[in-house]
Amino acid sequence: MIAKKRKTPSPHPHDPLLRTDRIPHIWCSGCGIGTVFGCVLTAIQKSGFPLDDVAMVSGIGCTGRMAGYLNLDSFHTTHGRAIPFATGLKLARPQSCVMVTSGDGDLFAIGGNHFIHAARRNMDLTIVCVNNFNYGMTGGQVAPSTPFGAKTTTSPIGNFEEPFNFCSLAAEVGAVYVARWTSLHIRWITDSLVEAMQKKGFSFVEILAPCPTTFGKRNRLGGAIDLTKFFHERSVIRNHIDPREAVLDFNKHLVVGKFVDIERPTFLDNYELINRRELGDWPALEGKRPRPEKQA
Amino acid sequence: MAGKAVLTGTYFMNGDEACCEGAIAAGCRFFAGYPITPATEVAERMSERLPEVSGIFIQMEDELASMAAILGASWGGMKAMTSTSGPGFSLMMENISLGLCTETPCVVCNVQRAGPSTGLPTLVAQADMMQARWGAHGHYEIIAVSPSSPQEMFDFTVWAFNLSEQYRLPVILLADEVVGHMTERVVIPPADKIQVINRKKPLVPPEKYLPYRPDSDGVAPMATAGEGYHMHVSGLTHDQRGYPVMDEVAQEEMITRLVQKVRKNADQIIRYETFLLEDADVVVVAYGISVRSAKRAVAEARKRGIKAGVVKLNTIWPFPEKMVRDLAGKVRGLIMPEINYGQMVLELERCAGGLCPVLLVPHAGGAIIRPERILTALDTVLKETA
Repeated sequence: MIAKKRKTPSPHPHDPLLRTDRIPHIWCSGCGIGTVFGCVLTAIQKSGFPLDDVAMVSGIGCTGRMAGYLNLDSFHTTHGRAIPFATGLKLARPQSCVMVTSGDGDLFAIGGNHFIHAARRNMDLTIVCVNNFNYGMTGGQVAPSTPFGAKTTTSPIGNFEEPFNFCSLAAEVGAVYVARWTSLHIRWITDSLVEAMQKKGFSFVEILAPCPTTFGKRNRLGGAIDLTKFFHERSVIRNHIDPREAVLDFNKHLVVGKFVDIERPTFLDNYELINRRELGDWPALEGKRPRPEKQA
Repeated sequence: MAGKAVLTGTYFMNGDEACCEGAIAAGCRFFAGYPITPATEVAERMSERLPEVSGIFIQMEDELASMAAILGASWGGMKAMTSTSGPGFSLMMENISLGLCTETPCVVCNVQRAGPSTGLPTLVAQADMMQARWGAHGHYEIIAVSPSSPQEMFDFTVWAFNLSEQYRLPVILLADEVVGHMTERVVIPPADKIQVINRKKPLVPPEKYLPYRPDSDGVAPMATAGEGYHMHVSGLTHDQRGYPVMDEVAQEEMITRLVQKVRKNADQIIRYETFLLEDADVVVVAYGISVRSAKRAVAEARKRGIKAGVVKLNTIWPFPEKMVRDLAGKVRGLIMPEINYGQMVLELERCAGGLCPVLLVPHAGGAIIRPERILTALDTVLKETA
């Protein structure tokens, strides 16, 4: 056989946003995070924010590695503390569009307290949670998202705890934008991310993602293709329903959709309001603003 | 605008409040904190003062979040600070470590109270000295300074910010409950008489910028968010590009940089003051509030004809090894009063290297050290070395 001459690959539209010198990435084959990361990159390009104004903050875990591949101001922080770090970043530079990308364990176990308080304050952050139902990075331990009865390395005979419904929790504690998709819903994810980035306030997008290496294997859900099929068959879109009813039942269906999209003053809106009322000519904070004319 | 950044004038002010004024004079415009005795007054005054200078004050949900938030704010381009005590300082250790690894300038004020655990929340101790040095995980060098009066709470907070900006690391202001709550004369100089150091910015375009390539002083210029440098900042071991690298070579290069930027500049960082040292036979080495006890004891000793002197440590970390070594060779003994059961005295002994006896005047906490106890120690050293 004659060896084919190797062609220089044509540039991918995402290349300018990628630290291509860090590829290959660390994610396992069949993992849903890569798909979500692709959606994040498309959303950043579509959102209309000047790229210098976009910053990503990650916690620790598989999804926490996203920041390391993004060729923008990117911060890979401590386990659970991405939201408070992002809070400081956002407040110091209000014109930034700050996105937090992390996993279910990082955001809702070790970081749960920070999540609820940032939502209560309506801190202007976009939270992207890739929910793979377990701690993938450390080899597949039980998480606050692990379904009842599911097997992990720390629930070897089945999880005896009930999981959180993250979307319901987010809505309850004050998020102004809440949506959930599976990693198959690429266009929906991208649209939701653009809306969440442009939304002023605490926005939350949860993406259910297959983890064939640990969660899928231990629960006999098959490989990457089987898991993808599983998500395809079980997910049902129910936009605008009460997120308390957006249940995730592995035996029946996985409810996805956009559940919340409301307006509420942000932390900085109120900070400015009170300070101007009490102190007079308090300076106006610029705030984030998509400026398509300046888009790279 | 309602308020001035530098409140030039002479005040009757407590240490916690003076700390806030020092911070604002140094350019601090971001404070994130959580209430805890005896550091609460710092947060309270910051909540009043920062909005007056268009700054940001936020009370976070805990000290973990407070420490993370000031790191984020520092990368957002603001000078940032938090204050805490006791258990709160323990909670901050996780992100102090992140600040050290990512070389993030900021100031952590610890108004020390007696522990362990909840201990004596309203009463003094100097028992977090080693925690400031080694409390966070991993190997690093740290800078900590220790004020002994409300005036120094002002002066040393300015200095702490300057050190943090110059050497790119969290700097610990190791105050204590008495210094924090004591009200004394505080002179705030005119703004143009206050030296303020700002972090070095990159002078090269983004495509040539390596976020962790140090200059000859061991410190790398720091880009912040929004400046177009698109840097990656990670708590993983990273190379000069800021990229995670999981091997011993990268680890050695990074740790060497973190350690050397402090060790090589130690002579510029270390400050101490001496009193009646010229002819002293025996010297009290003290820091923080215990300096006041030491000075009183030495004044009394001099009246009794004892040639005693004081060395007042302004920097705690890095520890003034050379000075102690020289001193130990010249005197009959060194005494260290501290409100713990022996922390900095270990350093003192190590640096004295057996050249003279070293005596600890310990206190478990809850009150300052009575000068009489130091006086007794002076007598003991003189008798034992007679």
